[in-house]
Amino acid sequence: MSRLAAVGVAVLLIAPAFVLSGYHLFQTTMLAVYALAILGLDLVTGTTGQVSLGHGAFYAIGAYVTAILMASFNWPYWATLPVAGAVCAALGFAIGLPALRLRGPYLALVTLALAAAVPQILRAKALETWTGGAQGIVLSGPEVPALLPLSADQFLYLFVLAIAALLFLAAHLLLRGRIRRAMAAIRDHPLAAEAAGIDVAAIKTRAFAISALFTGIAGSLGALVVQFVAPDSFEVMLSIALFVGLVVGGTGSLPGAVAGAGFVLFVPNLSELVSKSAPGVVYGVLLVAALFVMPSGAAGALRRLVASRRRARPDTA
Amino acid sequence: MSALLHQTLSGLATGGIYASVALALVMVYRATRHLNFAQGEMATFSTYIALTLIQAGVPYWAAFALTVVLSFALGVALERLLLRRMAQAPGLSAVGVSIGLLLIFNALSGWLFGYTVKQFPSPFEGRSGGVLGGLVSGHELGMTAVTVVLLLLVYGFFRFTRLGLAMRAAAGNAESSRLVGIDVGWTLAIGWGMAASLGAVAGMMVAPLVFLDPNMMSGVLLYAFAGALLGGIDNPFGAAVGGFAVGVIENLGGAYIVGTELKLTLALVIIAAVLVLRPAGLFGRAVVVRV
Repeated sequence: MSRLAAVGVAVLLIAPAFVLSGYHLFQTTMLAVYALAILGLDLVTGTTGQVSLGHGAFYAIGAYVTAILMASFNWPYWATLPVAGAVCAALGFAIGLPALRLRGPYLALVTLALAAAVPQILRAKALETWTGGAQGIVLSGPEVPALLPLSADQFLYLFVLAIAALLFLAAHLLLRGRIRRAMAAIRDHPLAAEAAGIDVAAIKTRAFAISALFTGIAGSLGALVVQFVAPDSFEVMLSIALFVGLVVGGTGSLPGAVAGAGFVLFVPNLSELVSKSAPGVVYGVLLVAALFVMPSGAAGALRRLVASRRRARPDTA
Repeated sequence: MSALLHQTLSGLATGGIYASVALALVMVYRATRHLNFAQGEMATFSTYIALTLIQAGVPYWAAFALTVVLSFALGVALERLLLRRMAQAPGLSAVGVSIGLLLIFNALSGWLFGYTVKQFPSPFEGRSGGVLGGLVSGHELGMTAVTVVLLLLVYGFFRFTRLGLAMRAAAGNAESSRLVGIDVGWTLAIGWGMAASLGAVAGMMVAPLVFLDPNMMSGVLLYAFAGALLGGIDNPFGAAVGGFAVGVIENLGGAYIVGTELKLTLALVIIAAVLVLRPAGLFGRAVVVRV
């Protein structure tokens, strides 16, 4: 990417903080949070080809770690993010250890069960002093540092953007070279990968832990944005929404993750405009239709479009 | 002691439901290598159809039979119209479509039939005091009987009929089956239809116990997955046994160990434990593939 384009993208990303306000800025902030969560899912599903239907669980745990540390221990908001990431990575590692040794749908099953179990655990009586049970925890949002001339919403958006950019960069650096090729080999032909000396189980488990870390931090940011956590916000449907976002957006692509986040965030509202009585039906039909038109998601469709235009005009390629 | 026996027996009764749904899941999985995450929601939808028929004055068993047939048609139609076209798509999209179906059927149930919790009649409520010395309710005994008969019918179908043999062959080796003249496409559609019918029966049997609402089967689906995995996800007989076992474990665990508020966590524990201790399931074979 040329330097000019990079500056252009940066301006485009920062602009919403000053152009939008109120609810629109809030939604744009949530778009960034969801995109980060979907990117986390992509790190395991897109790169190693294992389906997880339970990333909402990591999102929930990240959110709760932040909420509990802030509400019960008076931690500053920024200090909770690394802890949330570490807790989710450890949990991801532990969950992935048995499921990822096997091929097939096992990870999908374990993660789906995890997604169903986490809200129940969060509601449990034994943990009520920490989690607030079914009532959840109300948070105060981050305070704007005194030197910056920003409103709370603007600061929040820019903070989320900065963390997301940092993590995107980290993912990019982390997934270069040998490990990236090893992961692609595992996705495309596990047996050949193993024969080539790749420790399939170890790579998959690590990828899953990193993926859980990303989605956990997204959850933690989500808690800061919404300023409220409760088990009801983290039911199985959240995990399914993240998966839908990944499939619709397409794997292995940053714009794809943003597009997918847009789909799960805005399409339910649009569906309500189409049919007041059955928005869920419209949403589901749109999802199936999107998959029929673009089996590899928006990112895959875009790639194919670019490739066919290049073929049509070979001189410019 | 009689409390323990009571919990075990009623666990067996719900286990029958898990066994039917697990069998439906395994049937689709064996043929297509995809799990149908919409199986539970389809079953709920079928149960609503049954309720509508019953409320329209159709006698219970006629409504039961009609629902089974309609569900079969629904399953066949879904496979022929929708999933067939996704066969060549990336595996991720196939999972995406089954999630899409889950959302559609869940929303359809709520939209067409309402979100309020409804009562569903049981055909076995004649002797309400319970049978076998009060250990099980009439409905629990009846539904266990229905499930066992159903499982035997499925077993008989696959073991003794030509079509059953063709379906087993198509699931085992689609290429060779085509060469000996089996229409693999239609066996897939019939598999989907039978899975939908099995789900419908499970839905109609469990509805009197848990009451009918659009999310009735979401928990059941998870236990069915656990059952299928416990018995061996490739093995219909194992899946049925696994379903019964999970029902008993769930009931005893809920009554004596974790309490009802953490019941779903128990499914997670079962699934994880099976994967650690015996990944192929109790009755599954570890598949060795020559490459």
